[in-house]
Amino acid sequence: MKPINEMKVTFLSRSANEGFARAAVAAFAAQLDPAVDELADLRTAVSEAVTNAIVHAYPDQLGTVVLTVKLFENGKIQVQVKDKGRGIPDVKKAMEPLYTTGGEERSGLGFSVMESFTDRVRVRSTVGKGTTVTMEKYIAPRVKGRI
Amino acid sequence: MQLEVTRESGDLTAALIGELDHHAAADLRQRIDTAVLSCRPRRLIMNLERLTFMDSSGIGLIMGRYRLMVSLGGEVRVAGATPRMERMIRLAGLDKLPIWEERKSEHETHQ
Ligand SMILES: Nc1ncnc2c1ncn2[C@@H]1O[C@H](COP(=O)(O)OP(=O)(O)O)[C@@H](O)[C@H]1O
Ligand SMILES: [Mg+2]
Repeated sequence: MKPINEMKVTFLSRSANEGFARAAVAAFAAQLDPAVDELADLRTAVSEAVTNAIVHAYPDQLGTVVLTVKLFENGKIQVQVKDKGRGIPDVKKAMEPLYTTGGEERSGLGFSVMESFTDRVRVRSTVGKGTTVTMEKYIAPRVKGRI
Repeated sequence: MQLEVTRESGDLTAALIGELDHHAAADLRQRIDTAVLSCRPRRLIMNLERLTFMDSSGIGLIMGRYRLMVSLGGEVRVAGATPRMERMIRLAGLDKLPIWEERKSEHETHQ
């Protein structure tokens, strides 16, 4: 299926961009007329993925994060967060609740939040090459038509 | 990110205002800990009512303050969590700790 709309934005792995990324996704996704709660869930999941790229992918230097959002006719929103950072040696383990490699009072809940606040999470990662997190969320149709 | 700190008898209340994410958490942590260490309350009450956003960084902040207060022989209470925040709290298993204020009806104010 082809997206009906798509956006891509690239930014530096500065923590100030966590809020920017959430706001950008929410503003773009508004085209699908999501409910307040659906949008809040999406903002939270995006914040987790982007924060991971900023905190874990580039621990002691700045890198770039690429955020892509695709909107589909059936109400699906796909958000992809891509970094070219250090990668994750064991993705399955990293996604376990409360697992964290630590630093700055991390809770190890990021992936659990992404999984519980969206409908699908996929993670592809290569050590030394980077990580791509793809999340999908379905926006329920509303009484009035969309677009 | 704004922080309002009030002191009443043995309680120190930290009201968090705005968006609580990783970007905001480090500075907030420092300000709360400074207040705790200077007035040594029996209880630290973290009021989330005026947060417009919180992700798992907020859970990390709460867990860290819990550890600090326990190490000082005190307690933590968390008030004003939305259902979304409560979901994260449960994901962390923190609902088993004795730190959660009963959810109050919408007309009551948190204190
Ligand atoms: N983009 C990434 N690049 C490298 N490592 C990552 C990335 N995302 C997650 N990780 C690893 O997965 C672990 C778990 O992530 P998460 O569930 O978000 O918890 P937290 O961020 O609190 O540590 C992290 O501690 C880190 O080791
Ligand atoms: Mg994380």
